[in-house]
Parts: sequence; C-alpha cells; structure tokens
Amino acid sequence: MDLTYTPEEEEFRARLREWLAAVLPTLPPKPPPEDWPARRAYDLGWQRMLYDAGYAGLHWPVDAGGRGATPTQHLIFLEETEQAGAPYVGAGFVGLLHAGPTIAAEGTAEQRARWLPPILRGEQVWCQGFSEPDAGSDLAALRTRARRDGDDYVVSGSKIWTSHAEVADWCELLVRTDPSAPKHRGITWLAMPMDAPGITVRPLKTLAGSAEFAEVFLDEVRVPVGHRVGAENDGWRVTMVTLSFERGTAFVGEVIACRRVLGELAREARKNGRWDDPALRRRLGRLNAEFRALWRLTQWNVSEAERSGGVPGAGGSVFKLRYSHARQELYDAAADVLGAQALDLDRPWVPDRLSSLSYTIAAGTSQIQRNIVAERILGLPKGR
Amino acid sequence: MTRPVHFQLTDDQRALRDGVRELLEGRFGRQALRTALDTPGLDRTLWRELGEAGFFALRLPEAEGGVGVGLPEAVLAFEQAGRVLLPGPLVATHLAADARVPGAATGEAVVTAVQGGLVEWLDEADVVRGDASGAVPLRSVDPLTPLHRVPDGGGTAPPDVPLAVLLTAAEQLGSASRTCELAVQHARTREQFGRPVGAFQAVKHLCAGMLERVGTARAAVYAAAVTADPLDIAAARLLADEAALHGARDCLQVHGGMGFTWESDVHLHLKRAWVRARRSGDVTESEEILAGDLLADLPGATV
Ligand SMILES: Cc1cc2nc3c(=O)[nH]c(=O)nc-3n(C[C@H](O)[C@H](O)[C@H](O)COP(=O)(O)OP(=O)(O)OC[C@H]3O[C@@H](n4cnc5c(N)ncnc54)[C@H](O)[C@@H]3O)c2cc1C
Repeated sequence: MDLTYTPEEEEFRARLREWLAAVLPTLPPKPPPEDWPARRAYDLGWQRMLYDAGYAGLHWPVDAGGRGATPTQHLIFLEETEQAGAPYVGAGFVGLLHAGPTIAAEGTAEQRARWLPPILRGEQVWCQGFSEPDAGSDLAALRTRARRDGDDYVVSGSKIWTSHAEVADWCELLVRTDPSAPKHRGITWLAMPMDAPGITVRPLKTLAGSAEFAEVFLDEVRVPVGHRVGAENDGWRVTMVTLSFERGTAFVGEVIACRRVLGELAREARKNGRWDDPALRRRLGRLNAEFRALWRLTQWNVSEAERSGGVPGAGGSVFKLRYSHARQELYDAAADVLGAQALDLDRPWVPDRLSSLSYTIAAGTSQIQRNIVAERILGLPKGR
Repeated sequence: MTRPVHFQLTDDQRALRDGVRELLEGRFGRQALRTALDTPGLDRTLWRELGEAGFFALRLPEAEGGVGVGLPEAVLAFEQAGRVLLPGPLVATHLAADARVPGAATGEAVVTAVQGGLVEWLDEADVVRGDASGAVPLRSVDPLTPLHRVPDGGGTAPPDVPLAVLLTAAEQLGSASRTCELAVQHARTREQFGRPVGAFQAVKHLCAGMLERVGTARAAVYAAAVTADPLDIAAARLLADEAALHGARDCLQVHGGMGFTWESDVHLHLKRAWVRARRSGDVTESEEILAGDLLADLPGATV
C-alpha cells in the first residue's frame, strides 16, 4: 500500500499546474447561471483550451482520439483542475463522460471519426435521453418506440429529466425497437440530432429555480439507421458497457470541492461566532473525517481500476451511496453555520444546498444503489 | 511508465493477511471462542504462540528478533484479530514490544495499559503501562474483556496513543466486516414467508449499509496506516467505530430473536466494539482534532 506518486506522475502534475496557472487568468468571466447559451459557450471554450493543450479526452483510448492516460493521471488531472478553480466539464458532461466513451467502445470507425473529434474539440454538446415518465429506476421499461422505415428509424415517444437538452446538438437516445422481446432485449441506442423535425423541448424548472433539465417530446422523428451504435436490440448492453467506463474517478473533483467548502465553513463559523458551539465544531470535525475517508476511498478505487487494467471494481456503488449522502450533510451543516442567512438565496452555499438534494436521486437513486450493493456484491437474492 | 500509485495491498501484504487469518481461524476459531467464554482467564499458551508467530514483534527489526514490517502490516494483522474476537490486551502488548518491554515481543509477558480511564486484563498482566493505582474492578459488559476502572483517569497518556488508536480502529474494522458477513450469511439462509429473509428489501438495505460503512472505513484505516498522520488516524477511528458499532447492531437486527441470544456471536462483537470504542478515549477529542484541522492554516486559530 502506497500513497506516493511516481516521478512521471509528479511531472505530469507539475506541467498541468504550470499550464493552469498560465491559462486560468485568461478565461472570460463566468456567465450568469440562467444564461444557458452563454454557459454552453463558456464550457465549450474551456474544452477547446484543454484540447489545444493536449488534455482533451485524457482518459479516452488513443485510437479514439484520447490520450490513453492511466486512471491515476486522470485522478491527478481532476484533482489539480478542481484545486486551481478551473471550470467544471458542465455542458460537455454527457459527450465526454458517457456518449463519447460509448461511441469509442461500440461505434464503427466511421461513427467514431464523425462524432468523437467535435466532442474533444469542444464543438458539440450531447444530452442523454434515457429516462421517461414511466421509466426511471426501471429504465429498461422505456417505451419510446422506433419503427424501421427504409434507411430511417421513425421515433415517437417522450423523454424526461434530460439535462442540457436545450443547448444540445445530439442526443444519445434509448428506444424500443422490439416491443415483443423481453424488456432488456428490445432496446436500441441511437444518436439523434437535436435539430431534427418532430422534436419539442420543454424546459422543466428544478426546485432550485433553474431550468437545467427538460422534457423532450418526439413525434415521428426520422433518425438514419447509420446513427445506430451497436446492433439493433442490443442497446441495453451497449449502454451498460459505458456505465462501466467509470473508473473510480467520477467524483474526484467534487470530493476536493467539498473539502474546500468544509474549510470555508469553518472559517465562516469562526467569523460569525458559531464556532464557539461545540456541537457545531464536532459536526464539522466528523465531516472532515468523512471527506478524508471519501478521498482515500477514491484513491483506493482508482488504484484498483489501475491494477485491473481499467475495469472498475464494485466500489462505485458504495462510493456513490456514501458520497451523495455526505454531500447533503455538508450543506445541512452549512445551513447550521449560516443560521438565519441559510434562508437567503443570495448567500453562498444556499443554492448548493438545493442542488445537493438531487444527488441521492440522479444517476441511480440511493435505494437502487443499495439494491445493487446487496444483490451484486453481497449476493443476496433478487427481489420480486 | 513505472509503477503507478498503488493504494492496494501488495502481494506480500495479501500473503501476510491471509497467513494471519489462517493462523487465527485455526487457533481461535468459533469453538475456541465459545470455550473461552466459559473459561475465565487468558490463555497463556495461545499468547506465547502469538508471540512466536511474531504478532507482537511485527514491527521490531529482524536483528532484534522481530518481523521487520511496518504499520500497514500491523494494521492488517489487527484487523484479523478483530474478525475472530481474539481476546487479551493485544494492542498494549504489541506497543510494549515496540517500547522494548521485556517479554512482550515473545508473548512471555502480558502487558496491559491504562487507556481511556480503564485497564483491560489487569489481573492477568505482568506489566502495566500507565498509573493503575487504586484501580477497581467492574463487572465488564464484555465477557471476554475483564475491566478495571482507574479513579482519576490514569494520569498522563503514553506517547504511543495514536498508534493504539489506529490498531484499535483496525480491530473495529475486522469486527465490522465480520458482522457484515454474518448478517449476509443469515439473510441468505433463514427463510420466512417462503423465501430467504435477504430477499426482503428492508433486510437487504441493512446489509448494503453495513458494506458501505466497512468499505469507507477500510480506506480510511489503511490510509492512516500508510501515513501514520494523527489526523488520518483520528478520521480512521471515527469511521471504524461507526462501522463496528452500527454494523453489530444491524447484524443483531438481521438475526432476529437469535441475535438476542447468548449463543449467537453477534453480541460478542457488539460488546467488544463498545470496549474498543472506549479504549480510544472520548469521541469528542477525535472530533475536535479534526475540527481544529479545518482552521489549521488560519493564523491565531486556537481550537
Ligand atoms: C438533476 C437530475 C438530472 C438528471 N439528468 C438526466 C439525464 O440527463 N438523462 C436521463 O435520462 N435522466 C436524467 N435524470 C433522471 C434520473 O436518472 C432518474 O430521476 C432516476 O433514475 C430515478 O428515476 P425516477 O425519477 O423515475 O424515480 P422512480 O424510479 O419513480 O423512483 C421513485 C422512488 O422509488 C424508489 N424506487 C424505485 N424503484 C425501486 C426499487 N426497485 N427498490 C427500491 N426503491 C425503488 C426510488 O429510490 C425513489 O425513491 C436526472 C435526474 C435528476 C434529478
């Protein structure tokens, strides 16, 4: 067991740090949270800077245009960019972390050449059209229908909770191509251009008051068969391949950010006198233990992925379960520090407290994670 | 690329862990545990065997007859001890061997220490570290850990307290992973309403919570073993205590009425976890250390 880095890794870190120090001051000011087109431009601008400096697609395979970095290098990259206050992947999330890796793993040479470079260069935004009104945790129950018509699929149905749908160029879409097959076997993965006729996007306001996700209605939308990744009716497997691209690095930046927030909370508490309350101090002390442990668990999971050649361990669900809860506790503690000001949306941490509420729901609810841990790791019998 | 960061067990560490597990399961398996319950006193033969196997001398240099390995290896060994509920003042004797207390390394001497206002196994000890004068026996809640209370807390603490806290956390971790296994085993085999109770989600989620706490605590304990940093140790202690205490409680719940019996091992895990949690002193101390760390880079920060 070792927590030191190799000279090569330290050099990678030093060069990255130097580059961040040089470029971050040249960034334009952050756009207002509600200006989605401006946010898209900002996020893509940052991606372009990464691309020009050779940091785009760090963890992607080389033959997909990536840098083939090790999980540890990816960890260092996320750690350093967060610590330096660099922009978050933002609107590039689905392209860089889900749709892109799916295409890299399962797409044809032609599909890779068409869709991957614009993602890496920060030219195109992807969104994820998986969830439906009647298919959330039970994603495989999805009903959006795709019927073959010549060289096209004709798609009708509706998607919901689609993040960044309004500013996306492409959607990675799961559709039902065989309604008579068992539910996991009749699903197909399609790349759908968001400007195709028949698509209506209706923004949904989140409890934080913002419109970061949307409903997407599909009415006889024609998607060329050539936009299908993987075989027809093999979409469930195609999608799961990508979920397993997760190499323990999913929350690196966020854990670092939480540790920074915790330090800021302590300083604020000291300034406003709350620090004199031993119960509050102890609460913050416990959170310090929690986030230290989560950081160590991240390092553990990344090392495990490293050892197994990129295949993730079972640690992902355990981590997500623990982290999403810890993050909510962090912002509840922030409210304790803020006192009456915790009700003021203009105070720092108050909007973050609101968005932290989605962590135990998005990307698999905590209940679903517990089912996964119990059934796939502990081997308990499957539920009814 | 040379070797990447490797926060995983090395092959040697795996071998050591498996070796210790085999030794302890062979020498102190379930039957021995139940026998110990009915046989007051410490098994001196076992103690010497542990000494011969190098359990106490793990971190002593080979030139002095030790095993010559480090803190991570000691943590792995203590984790195994926690799994099987190995009785005796293991941590105190191990640390006494480091301090060259005669007989500790070989297991010829049983060494105990005043920790958290209590002394474990005082009547069996050949050497007591710390001031145990005026110690009064109490009727220990843990049938396998006789306890004395020291009136004024036992005076100043020895300098190896953080290591004692870490090795105790390792035992807690071992106990927590064992109670998780016991709960899962029971949940897979006990049937009600025509199915294993582990098919019920309420039971399943208790088990998942246990594994979640074990996994997080393990990362914290192993990291503290690598860094030996007092803050990492304080964090490891909080996480490991939580995993052991909460884990034993949930394990008991999963066992139903069987969990409330003397015959089941679950209560032994819970009771020992209570003793160990106390051994590391007040929880508030660990929490305050970690709170203070949040202001560490502030000039003039006091707490
Ligand atoms: C901020 C945010 C962004 C999102 N972005 C996207 C996106 O870009 N693309 C996309 O496709 N989706 C997205 N989602 C959707 C997300 O994946 C779903 O919300 C999630 O999978 C849960 O589905 P649901 O909302 O239908 O809840 P439901 O599945 O209806 O769950 C309701 C409750 O029942 C519980 N439950 C359900 N099934 C079980 C079970 N088997 N055992 C125990 N409990 C169960 C759940 O835990 C939950 O508490 C987003 C969600 C959020 C909050």
